[in-house]
Amino acid sequence: MKPGRHTHILTLLAAVVAVQLVTLANGKSFYLTQLTMTAYYSLIIIGLCLLMGYAGQISLGHAGFFAIGGYTSAVLTTLDLSRHKGTVFIELLTKISVLTERQDLYGGQHLSVHPWAAFIIAIALTVIIAFAIGVPVLKLKGHYLAMATLGIGTIIYSLVLGTQSFGAADGISSVPAFPLLPGLTVSGAPGLRVQNYYIAWGLVMAGMVLLVNLINSRVGRALRSIHGAEDAASAMGVDTARYKLNAFVLSAAFAAVAGAFLTHFNGGIGPSEASIMKSVRYVAIVAVGGMASLWGSLIMSTVLNFLSLRGYFGSLDDAVFGGILILVMLFSPDGILQFDVKTMMKKLIGKDERRVNLNS
Amino acid sequence: MTYGTIYAIVGIGFNIIYNTTGIINFAQGEFVMMGGMTAVTLHSFLPLPIAILAAVIITMIVGGLIEMVFIRWLVKPSVLRMIIITIGISILVREAALVLWGEGVRSLPYFTGNEISALSFGGVRVSPQILWSLGICAIVVVLLNLFFKFTMLGREMRACAANRDAATLCGIPTRNMITLSFVLSAGIGALAGCVVSPITQTQYSIGSGLAIKGFTVAILGGLGNSMAAVAAGFILGILESFSIWVMPTAYKDAISISILLAMLFLRPSGLFGNREAFKLKDF
Repeated sequence: MKPGRHTHILTLLAAVVAVQLVTLANGKSFYLTQLTMTAYYSLIIIGLCLLMGYAGQISLGHAGFFAIGGYTSAVLTTLDLSRHKGTVFIELLTKISVLTERQDLYGGQHLSVHPWAAFIIAIALTVIIAFAIGVPVLKLKGHYLAMATLGIGTIIYSLVLGTQSFGAADGISSVPAFPLLPGLTVSGAPGLRVQNYYIAWGLVMAGMVLLVNLINSRVGRALRSIHGAEDAASAMGVDTARYKLNAFVLSAAFAAVAGAFLTHFNGGIGPSEASIMKSVRYVAIVAVGGMASLWGSLIMSTVLNFLSLRGYFGSLDDAVFGGILILVMLFSPDGILQFDVKTMMKKLIGKDERRVNLNS
Repeated sequence: MTYGTIYAIVGIGFNIIYNTTGIINFAQGEFVMMGGMTAVTLHSFLPLPIAILAAVIITMIVGGLIEMVFIRWLVKPSVLRMIIITIGISILVREAALVLWGEGVRSLPYFTGNEISALSFGGVRVSPQILWSLGICAIVVVLLNLFFKFTMLGREMRACAANRDAATLCGIPTRNMITLSFVLSAGIGALAGCVVSPITQTQYSIGSGLAIKGFTVAILGGLGNSMAAVAAGFILGILESFSIWVMPTAYKDAISISILLAMLFLRPSGLFGNREAFKLKDF
């Protein structure tokens, strides 16, 4: 297993570098912007893939976690605390550089939370919320689980949409850049395009390494056993509730990381990021990628998100994803990469097989 | 109260399909939307009762077709797969509606009287449309009960719900029963869509919201129990209208979904359901 794992990651790295060089060569480096966004969306996808494909739990609320991560970062980094300057608490926070001062667009001084601090708070908050939600929700199964996560997604969406301090329908804009390390900045500035492209894909690669190692470990086997037969796994001594919860929280954290980074990259976030359609889209991509296939999900996510972000689907964007969802689930429930034309044709045309199953 | 009726009817639609197939049809709300929209379109050149009748029939046909195309030929699909397929269907229907009817909000005219006319009952003024929706809801429930209890077809459908294999062995065409259940719940949804359209308006995107509410109602009453769903529908409708008094309207949906979640966590068998029986159910 080991050499295979590394070749995959190295192939990804090579592909990422190759794409950058190609865009550099033919002068289409503007593609990198969409590819960067694609990378962040892919981060959610691989996290969700762990939950759906390996732990076998559906979540129709992942856009909600993405939004929690993004909005927390956005709110904290745009919050202007300069009015409270002078109070002990604020001074203390400034001293340990949780707060940072910067100039806003109009030249005014703006005291707000440092992006790193905001990022950490955002992830922590998401993890806490995911824990709180996960404990009761993951006791449910099947339809109930789907509806409960859908409900949570809807609640987050309607809170975001209905709350003034989250910008209501307009969302939050002018989120500052995120100085990751000296010399590395997450921002949408055109000059930093190449840098950001590598940051985003580096993050995806790190995520992939983490997840691939995870699913090939004891934890991964436990998760797969839960997917296969929860009762049996539980009887074998697998603490199913805890594993499911951890997978849920981890995938929520992935979504939150993606949310926070993408918000800094785009310089803002809107309520549509929290909408149910987004959650459904993530589920669709994981399904297309083949549920229990991290690499399949990553490939499909890259292709579909990139096409969608480039606007190839036009106003039919949602319809395309709905259609893909149905087609894949009907004809190739193991993902499009597993699609086998021959068996499918046999199934559709071969009458004898159907007749046997007719009354099952 | 009006919202209560529509939730109740959507909830019944969920129950009908769940009873015969064990599937939760996430596209249930779309039937309501489609019924309302079709009726509005037809009403531009047909008299109101005929337009509604035609809209209900068209939606029933669409419901049947959806079942035949997407669901009929699947052999023992997993729950996850079914959920994803019905969600996909709901997206497609909604997008189709967006293309067909645009983003505009439409509504049917009031069946009798108009926006300001009201009947007075001991000092309480009620819009006649509310009486219409209550009345039709009541008729639907009664007819459904009669249908399931006293007609051959209804009994066959119940047999299919109770035990599909046994029903098949008795010579009941279970596959047709499933199609029928989709047709039936599409028709009921469409009727609901027409009845409440004058009060609540219809837009291409109302479906998914209604689906969640309808599901809340179905759960609240105990999945599979249509009478309880009606009661639960009224409870939810009333709770929601009261919530507007204390919270901003924007959070209205959050309230009803919180109720759904609380219900799922605490008592998934429903307010009127039997806990012991629920444990044995396979879902």
